[in-house]
Amino acid sequence: MTAAERSTPVDAHPGSTGTAESTDEDRAVLELDGVTRQFGSETAVSDLSLRVQDGELLTLLGPSGCGKTTTLRLLAGLDEPDAGRIRVAGETVAGEGTFIKPEERDVGLVFQEFALFPHLTVGENVAFGIQDRSDDEIDQRVTDLLELVGLGDYADASPEDLSGGQRQRVALARSLAPEPDVLLLDEPFSNLDVGLREEMRREVRRIIKETGVTAVSVTHDQEEALSISDRVAVIDDGGIEQIGRPEVVFQQPESRFVAEFLGQAGFVSGTLEEGSVDTPLGCLDADRIEGLDAEYEGADVDVLVRPDDIRAVPADPAGTNGRIVDRQYTGPSFVYTVELDSGAVLHCEHNHAEELGIDKRVRVRLATDHPLAWFPAE
Amino acid sequence: MSREGRVGDLRKRLSRAPGLGRPSGLTLLSAAIAVALVAPLGWLFVEVLDLGPRALELTLDPRTIEILLRSVALVAIVTTASVLVGVPIALLTARTDLPFARLFTVLAALPLAIPSYLGALAVLSAFGTGGVLTDVLAPLGIEQLPEIDGFAGAAIVLTLYTYPYVLLTTRASLLSLDTSLIEAARTLDAGRLEAFRRVTLPQIAPGIAAGALLVALYTLADFGTPNFMGVEVFTQAIYARYNTTMRPWAALLSLQLLAVTVGILYLESKVGADDEGAYQSRGTSGGAVIELGNWRYVAALFPAVVTGLAVALPVIVFGLWLTSDAGGYTAGGLAFSWSYGWNSVYLAGLAAGASLLVALPVAVAAARGRSRLANLADRAAYVGYATPGIVLAFALVLFALNTLPLSYRETAYNLLLVLVFAYVVRFVPQAIGAIRTATMQVDGRLIEAARTLGRTRIEGFRAVTLPLIAPGIATGAALVFLTTMKELPVTLLLRPFWFDQTLVTYIWKVREAGLYGRASVPALALIAISALSMAVILSQEGSNT
Repeated sequence: MTAAERSTPVDAHPGSTGTAESTDEDRAVLELDGVTRQFGSETAVSDLSLRVQDGELLTLLGPSGCGKTTTLRLLAGLDEPDAGRIRVAGETVAGEGTFIKPEERDVGLVFQEFALFPHLTVGENVAFGIQDRSDDEIDQRVTDLLELVGLGDYADASPEDLSGGQRQRVALARSLAPEPDVLLLDEPFSNLDVGLREEMRREVRRIIKETGVTAVSVTHDQEEALSISDRVAVIDDGGIEQIGRPEVVFQQPESRFVAEFLGQAGFVSGTLEEGSVDTPLGCLDADRIEGLDAEYEGADVDVLVRPDDIRAVPADPAGTNGRIVDRQYTGPSFVYTVELDSGAVLHCEHNHAEELGIDKRVRVRLATDHPLAWFPAE
Repeated sequence: MSREGRVGDLRKRLSRAPGLGRPSGLTLLSAAIAVALVAPLGWLFVEVLDLGPRALELTLDPRTIEILLRSVALVAIVTTASVLVGVPIALLTARTDLPFARLFTVLAALPLAIPSYLGALAVLSAFGTGGVLTDVLAPLGIEQLPEIDGFAGAAIVLTLYTYPYVLLTTRASLLSLDTSLIEAARTLDAGRLEAFRRVTLPQIAPGIAAGALLVALYTLADFGTPNFMGVEVFTQAIYARYNTTMRPWAALLSLQLLAVTVGILYLESKVGADDEGAYQSRGTSGGAVIELGNWRYVAALFPAVVTGLAVALPVIVFGLWLTSDAGGYTAGGLAFSWSYGWNSVYLAGLAAGASLLVALPVAVAAARGRSRLANLADRAAYVGYATPGIVLAFALVLFALNTLPLSYRETAYNLLLVLVFAYVVRFVPQAIGAIRTATMQVDGRLIEAARTLGRTRIEGFRAVTLPLIAPGIATGAALVFLTTMKELPVTLLLRPFWFDQTLVTYIWKVREAGLYGRASVPALALIAISALSMAVILSQEGSNT
């Protein structure tokens, strides 16, 4: 990606977007350098470099087939990279001619479908990875972990008798038992009922933070990524598009892909002239657009607007700038699709009580104070 | 390639563990085993090549052509008759309010497990002048029953014991058939019969065909029934010639038999029948039951008569022999000894044990490896299954004669190596099938989970896979054990001289001597074993669904 395709970096503080992490190298528990994995002619992971700090929870976020699960398997040792190097706690586990087998890595993995051993009890599942300890130690560790995940009374239960959320707690306890340097979570919430997900997101984050383990999770669900992570890495086509704190990645996407993947994105175009951009939504002061400096004078830009940034209101026919072409009722809110007279299609989210009919002419206006992101016009 | 296709492709590749895709030691081992299982058949070719130009002459010999035509005719008649018996019973039990439908479903499938030679034995002695049934029916004024033997006898007996193949495959198709299709046809103004002809029949036709081809294979390969009934088909003719100066002719006939078998298998592949899905019902019947009214009791007579002949008749005949001295059957020598039963158990145990040693690596490689070689090894193992027992036994005799020096040959025979090897070749696919199915049901991620928890691949196999596939291993061993108990031609040809009779060879011997009554105890024991095999098969199907 060339600089011209991006907006300028928006976060002036080194470290907070992850761009200057190398200064913290001594604290990095997990390091990936130029990791590449190909299947035949298909490149699943391409030249991926990444550092995860001690105790940090990082989420790899991307669409199906973007290479995030492959990355996880490479970290666990279930697959071998074709190029690049992976280091865990300072030790090279893959690359440079070495390959440490999964059983010899201090890396835990919580599987998407949890992969609990059906022929063992909950307690035996948790004890599976710590057989090298004494019986007393094993008992103690199993008890402690089941307490931690809130299943103190379930040691003798069979995994088959557990609910989805309970199974996930057991899977988590099992992976944490051998005290791994890094804990990996593969789509941790995709197998849970929607109602349970929110609770488990909080629980999983609590448990991970309580143990202080360094964790990497992968998901295609942007809400999940944004809500549980310390940092989010957006992945596409096997490479990192952007990495940083959830709110930064959401508000200041560095590419259109990131903008569109993290939520319904709409764009309004205009040209920067004398400190303002004339868009279909009205004239926007360049100050409101992050990093749009005078040096871009005369540039055609697309400004990102999300559904909660704009409002559609009924107005005199002369004052309208668009027409409602679709609406979706989600319960708490209506999401209206508005086709502007300029041709741009935007989504705006309204309170569920505010009802507008399809085909109604409306005036769409900006209803936010936070800085907006922009991209060079395509 | 579309994104979806690419993703699917990628996922397929991801789902294997590293290293397992390349031909691993396990795969190579299983391939070697498969080759060893198939190689002996090559000696049939060697034997025929030795004939030189005589081979063509013998092929065109009227007697050879007669055997071929008679075999094909028997196959055609039995297959047709099996369809005519099996399909109506399948329809009655799966689609109508037949009384005792569940009982009839099990009863009607039972003949599959009973070796047909026992049926032949029962039919031979029940009918005809002075038959067991004549004695029973005499008080009712029936003094003469027709003789049932020869070609017609073989056709009747084989039909009685093979129609369950058609019944089961047809029933499976019927049960998996979406019944709303029939309802849709009815709402489109098709009558009941028209709906059957235009909707049901085309959908269950592959099921019927799959069953019919299994019947054809069984009929072609069956050794006991034609021998007992005195019909000169391939299996009978090969046995009659194998240890005489006509041995090359027997080899030629064997190759012809194999060729016909391959032809039938080719037909099977054409209709797309696969031995895995064919029997599995999806249990989504329900609705669209045809109410027969009072006719249902009349309809019930059909399966009742068929199962009566196939299951009850042998039990009654052998039971009568046991309790009476009827017809002087028990006179003369050749007293039965329970040690024959022990001999059968001993051989079957060896066969089951050896089969597990072979089946485990092949099945696990086939279930996990997904490499072409592993699949090929898996497929190759089935060649032994499709090979008629008499042909395999004969090929092994030739193999031992031509490759092993006398002393080694004797040792191989004496240590039962040849016999057990033949059992393994014949029956190991049953064990492979059971273990492979069990292994495929084990989530591959469980092994990966074990590895991320510090276990090596082998430790993970022991701690996770093995306990989970233990029931499958037990089922596989049980199937091999029970089928070996009932096996006739291989035991007959390859049993070393020092090894005493088994249940099956004893029955063969007393039949040759005409002392049918002696066969009652071993025959009843074999029927009990057949019932056991059926129970094992049913429990396996139960656990699969």
